[in-house]
Amino acid sequence: MATATNGNIITEDLPVLTRKDFVTDQEVRWCPGCGDYSILAQMQKMLPELRVPKENLVFISGIGCSSRFPYYVETYGFHSIHGRALTLATGLKASRPELKVFVITGDGDGLSIGGNHLLHAMRRNIDLTVVLFNNRIYGLTKGQFSPTSEMGKITKSSPYGTTEIPLNPIRIALAAGATFVARSLDRDTKHLEETLYKAAQHKGVSFVEVYQNCNIFNDGAFAAFAEKDVRADRMIYLEDGKPLRFGKDGQHGIRLNGFQPEVVENAAADDASILVHNVNQENTILANILVSMDYPDFPVPIGVFRDVDHPTFDDLLQKQVDDAMAKGKGDLGELLRSGETWEVG
Amino acid sequence: MTTESPVRTPRPVEELDRVTIRFAGDSGDGMQLTGTQFTKTTAVFGNDLATLPDYPAEIRAPTGSLPGVSGFQISFASTDIRTPGDQPDVLVAMNPAALRTNINDLRQGGLLIVDEDEFNAANLKKAGYPLNPLEDGGLARYQVVRVQITRQNELALEGLPLNTAQKFKSRNFYALGLVLWLYGRSMDTTIKWANDRFKRMPDQLEANVRALKAGYNFGETSELFHSRYEVAPAEVAPGTYRHISGNEATALGFLAASELAGLPLFYASYPITPASDVLHELSKLRNFGVKTFQAEDEIAAIGAAIGAAYGGQMSLTGTSGPGLALKSEALNLAVMTELPLVVIDVQRAGPSTGMPTKTEQSDLLQAMFGRNGDSPVIIVAPATPSECFTMAIEAFRLALKYMVPVIYLSDGYLGNGSEPWRIPDIGELPRISWSYAGPVEGEFNPYQRDPVTLARPWAVPGQKGLTHRIGGIEKSGQTGDISYDPRNHHTMTLARMERVARSVADIPALEVQGPSEGDLLVLGWGGTYGAIASAAEKARKAGKSVASAHLRYLNPFPGNLEQVLRSYKRVLIPELNTGQLSLLIRGKFVIDAVPFNKISGQPFKIAEVEGKIDEVLGLTGPYELSFGGAAVLGGG
Repeated sequence: MATATNGNIITEDLPVLTRKDFVTDQEVRWCPGCGDYSILAQMQKMLPELRVPKENLVFISGIGCSSRFPYYVETYGFHSIHGRALTLATGLKASRPELKVFVITGDGDGLSIGGNHLLHAMRRNIDLTVVLFNNRIYGLTKGQFSPTSEMGKITKSSPYGTTEIPLNPIRIALAAGATFVARSLDRDTKHLEETLYKAAQHKGVSFVEVYQNCNIFNDGAFAAFAEKDVRADRMIYLEDGKPLRFGKDGQHGIRLNGFQPEVVENAAADDASILVHNVNQENTILANILVSMDYPDFPVPIGVFRDVDHPTFDDLLQKQVDDAMAKGKGDLGELLRSGETWEVG
Repeated sequence: MTTESPVRTPRPVEELDRVTIRFAGDSGDGMQLTGTQFTKTTAVFGNDLATLPDYPAEIRAPTGSLPGVSGFQISFASTDIRTPGDQPDVLVAMNPAALRTNINDLRQGGLLIVDEDEFNAANLKKAGYPLNPLEDGGLARYQVVRVQITRQNELALEGLPLNTAQKFKSRNFYALGLVLWLYGRSMDTTIKWANDRFKRMPDQLEANVRALKAGYNFGETSELFHSRYEVAPAEVAPGTYRHISGNEATALGFLAASELAGLPLFYASYPITPASDVLHELSKLRNFGVKTFQAEDEIAAIGAAIGAAYGGQMSLTGTSGPGLALKSEALNLAVMTELPLVVIDVQRAGPSTGMPTKTEQSDLLQAMFGRNGDSPVIIVAPATPSECFTMAIEAFRLALKYMVPVIYLSDGYLGNGSEPWRIPDIGELPRISWSYAGPVEGEFNPYQRDPVTLARPWAVPGQKGLTHRIGGIEKSGQTGDISYDPRNHHTMTLARMERVARSVADIPALEVQGPSEGDLLVLGWGGTYGAIASAAEKARKAGKSVASAHLRYLNPFPGNLEQVLRSYKRVLIPELNTGQLSLLIRGKFVIDAVPFNKISGQPFKIAEVEGKIDEVLGLTGPYELSFGGAAVLGGG
């Protein structure tokens, strides 16, 4: 046995696994055309690359369409209750830090009923990989607005349009101190697989928002900027250490005007005013500027917003136990007799 | 000292079997500490004892106010006792508010010690006394001893570099010294404790020790007390003893369970009165491999506990009533996924926030039925503070054997109450056996039940060849896959019920104290044990045909319960709720049990149960509970 730098256990004689090893015998029951299929496929493709024995992998979900995910992945899986996947994952990881734990959630599950747990899992920096499928709608309950639905959205439960401002999941994760924060897109399979891999390799909490199309209740939610033919001009791929450029030939860029980002169209190749992306910054100022960019005023950022190393909750807790045990393992008999005792003959 | 003569006058000594003392003062006066120190000394002396702290919910209510009064009652005896006493024989009142909220409980002719310096106009007004009760003759029923505690304490501390407010804080030691003298107790235990506690604060140490000795010497030299009292040590089983509260015993019991099973303990909790002490105690035990997790809310706490149980740990969560309500959906997930989990509920009074610092037994039906669907769990309940230890071990023994959540119902009275505890030998405690799932040929079915216990296999992440998926959706008993099949849901629901029912094979028969058949059985559960057992014993001594029995297992009931119930003409069920066990007993056995209910936030007094026994036996008319002056004053 050897331990990789990310803490995952690697067994030297681990047989090379393939995508097929992570497919269960269960019939996948998402609606035909659902973005969830792509996320499942990229996850199953990515998992063998982690080189973790599949019995050490655990998928935990809450409730919602996305939360059916564990049934389709041939690892340990726990389909829990609405909003609480992170709590189970926290208990499991805190008590069994050697396991690799994924949490699958959605915009309703993770940001509405489970919003509190999301904040605390992020701030604790517990070593979990959280994938939030954001389709901006409640799918399983058949079409009510969600906390990420746009203001004014007309749904079954908002026939006059919603009157509330949506949450931005990335902004929440950054605000709560998540050490790895990224966004990807169901239709960009290559980017999605890479992003999931990076997230899984991160030591600490990693949070991935995936724009996921619900073709039944919110079809085309991201089409305006995510369709293949417009994506280059309306989305910007964040790459660490590289200038923030977009457009088919990378001809446009983003620069700062005071505290405000602005688009520079057809910027010169050597335009030094174009911001350079840096995921390793402790402060989240740049990440927050980027997260404020949205279509149609800006290209929508996709990729890693933040990737920093902090001690993890599970490691620190384990260290307290290890240090205390190293000083002398507790003796129950002694403990029971501690304090003032007296003998009765 | 006030007496001019330095000669110490020998005082007559009266021998007593049992004494109950209540220390009452402002919550800033250190009454809990005074009570605890007196308790320790008494325990070391060898008396049997029981205590009842009674503190306000406010950390610091306005000084001198009625809601700010904090009390600590201890009863000690030369015989076996089970309750902290019905009525104090001695009341120490540090201010007018303490007098007003407690005086109605003092027995007629009882000893009242007051700090007369504190009966000034301002304090009398705060307590709502138009006239000074020490002057108006209203206390004639008691032996009143007026001591200038504040002034004498200050004199004793003269020369120490402390200001008046700091000196005032030692008054409780003065009072403690006085009471120690009164009962012929040594100051050694307290001085030893103070040396340790105030090691780094030499001035405070000096002040407290001087105050303690001044109080003691005042008792010795003043003529205010006609006699001093002696309560001989009790005859108790040989062994090593310590003093323990229910919450401490709970924490140690769960640690012991972890050691006995050889499984690491994981405790997830959210702070809540009166259960937080369990979290505090377990948080200290990293050197035993115990991991504690203070969650962001009650739901996260049980969620984390379920995650750890799924991971193969000995997993525990703890709360009080409102927290149990918040945990109920997640608890049902543990019911559905059939994971071994123990939930501690240190019950408190009332619905909603209720009265967090007061005791009650009103979560029994919540534990039994407070979840959606048919959702059986095992329920156990300790009967005494020290029994919190053994029942914790029982809770895990059953959870692990039957792969089922167990609710452990303690209460505020047990949790905060304390008594001497004979420390058990580790060797005499039951082993806890358990196993993870063994290897399987072919596909693993997580719901392949043990034919005897109906427990499902515990397959935990990390085990090769057993990858599987579980969750809150109904699963097929045949394959473990999601199933909406009507027959499957029917049989799975019955299997979950039957599994809990079969655990009856692993729980001891109900024991009866008193005749095995007769006129009356008094049946109780939980923290009412002391009052019920004592009242039934008194009735027997008076020649009445009364037995008592106490349930430690509430679901399932012990297998012999029906036979026991049917051996008596009448069954009386005293409870600190509106009749929850009565409802279960009447419903299950169709027996016309008589409920006796008190819902005041206070434990039963022995006399109350005695009064009801006489009514049910037809010896007296209807028995009415009396709440003394507390209702008028609105508690505190």
